[in-house]
Amino acid sequence: MSKTIVLGEEEVVIIGFWTSPYAMRVQIALEEKGVPYQYVEEENLFHNKSPLLLQMNPVHKKVPVLIHNGNPVCESLIILQYLDDVWNQKYTLFSHDSYERAKARFWVNFFDNKIADCGRRMWASKGQDQEAAKEEFIESLKLLEGELGESPYFGGEKFGVLDVALIPFSCRFYTYEMFCKFKIEKECPKLMEWVKRCNHRESVSKILPDPYKIYSFVLHFKKMLGID
Amino acid sequence: MAEEVKLFGAWGSAFSLRVDIALKLKGINYEYHEEDLFNKSSLLIKYNPIHKKVPVLVHHDKPLAESQVILEYIDETWENYPILPKDPYERAKARFWARFIDDKCFPAIWKAYWSKDEREKAVEELIELLKFLENELDDNFFGGETVGLVDIVGNIIAHWLPALHEVAGVEILTEEKFPKLCRWSHEFVNHSVVKEVLPSREKLIAFLRDRLESRSS
Repeated sequence: MSKTIVLGEEEVVIIGFWTSPYAMRVQIALEEKGVPYQYVEEENLFHNKSPLLLQMNPVHKKVPVLIHNGNPVCESLIILQYLDDVWNQKYTLFSHDSYERAKARFWVNFFDNKIADCGRRMWASKGQDQEAAKEEFIESLKLLEGELGESPYFGGEKFGVLDVALIPFSCRFYTYEMFCKFKIEKECPKLMEWVKRCNHRESVSKILPDPYKIYSFVLHFKKMLGID
Repeated sequence: MAEEVKLFGAWGSAFSLRVDIALKLKGINYEYHEEDLFNKSSLLIKYNPIHKKVPVLVHHDKPLAESQVILEYIDETWENYPILPKDPYERAKARFWARFIDDKCFPAIWKAYWSKDEREKAVEELIELLKFLENELDDNFFGGETVGLVDIVGNIIAHWLPALHEVAGVEILTEEKFPKLCRWSHEFVNHSVVKEVLPSREKLIAFLRDRLESRSS
C-alpha cells in the first residue's frame, strides 16, 4: 500500500532531554504554532549519545536538534528562528518589527551567556563562588524584569520569543533557591507574576516538568559527577 | 541622512569591523565614532549599559549591541545585497556557522595566542574546529558567490588569524591543512569592498604585538 502524503503534513522530529530548558523552548514553540511533531528522548545523553544525535549534531553533540524532513537544525535560538521562517501563518514568535526582533535576540543571548556562567555554579559551587553566582543571577533577572516593564509578556501583549526562551528556566528556580538559600519571589516579584501567567498557557503547562523532579535530578547528577 | 545611522566602533576590533563591512556592502551612509576602549565615552555607556562594548549601532536613535544581532538587523532593514539566504534551512545553517565561529573558534583563538599555558591544547582544539569550516566551504565564499553573514563573521579567521600568527609565531591556517579556508581568506581580504574597510595587515600586526607585549608585562 503506497503512503499518501497529505498537504501540510511534514515530518518534524525533536531530539531532547527532559531536563533541558533549550529543548523545552522548541517544544513550547511547536505547541504554540500547532505543528505536529515527534519527540525523541535522548536517554543516555551524558554517558552514551545515540547514533541519531551524533549524526544530526556532529559538531556540538547536544540537544535540542530539530529534524525537518530529514534535515537537522541545531541550537535552540536558531531553531526558533527557523520555526518562524517556516510556520508563520498562525502565530509568530518574533515581532514583525526588526528593532524589536533584534532586541529579543540580544536578550536571549544575554540570558544564555549568563546562565551558562552562573547556572552551574549555583548548584555545583560552594562558598564565595556560589554566592557570587547567585548575585549575578539575581542581577540579570532584575535587568530582565526591567525589560518586561508593565507588559504581560516580554513580547508585549503577545507571548513571544523571549517569553518562550526564558520560561523553561523557571522550573530550575526551585533548585537554585534550595542550593543558594534565597527566594526569587522576594527579589523579583514581577518576574514571578510573569512565570505564573505563562504557566496558564497550555503549551507551557504541558511541556514544563515538575520543579521538584528537576531538583531531585540535580541532586542525583551531583552524586554522579562526584560533587558533594 | 548620514546621522540616521551611527556606528560606535574601535579600530582593531574584528567585531566592530564586521558592521562596517555590512554597511559598506549595502552602501549605507553612516557616521562613525571611534571609541577609546580604555576610556569609553559616556555615549557608548548610555547606548550599551549592559556590556559597555563596541560595536553599537544607533539607527533613528535606537541603539543595538552585539555584532551578530546588528548584522541581522542591518540585513532585515536594508534589503539590497542580502547577507543571509532566503531559504529557511540555508538561513539556519548560516546562523549556525556564524555562532560556531564566535562561540567556539573565537575562545580557542584567544587562548591559542594570548595564553602561554593553554596554548598547545587550544591550538589542537582550534585545528579541529577549523576542519568543520573547511568541510563546509564549497564555493568562493560561505555565502556562495557573494560575501554573506558567515564570511563577515569569519573576518576574525581571514584577517586576524594570519596577523596573530606573525605576532605570536603560532601558525594554524596553513595551505597544507586548510587549502579551501586559505583560498577563501585570500578572496575575502581582497574583496573590493572588504579591502577598503580592513585595517592594513602591517598596522594590525603592530597593534596586536603591542597588546600582547603589554599583557605579558
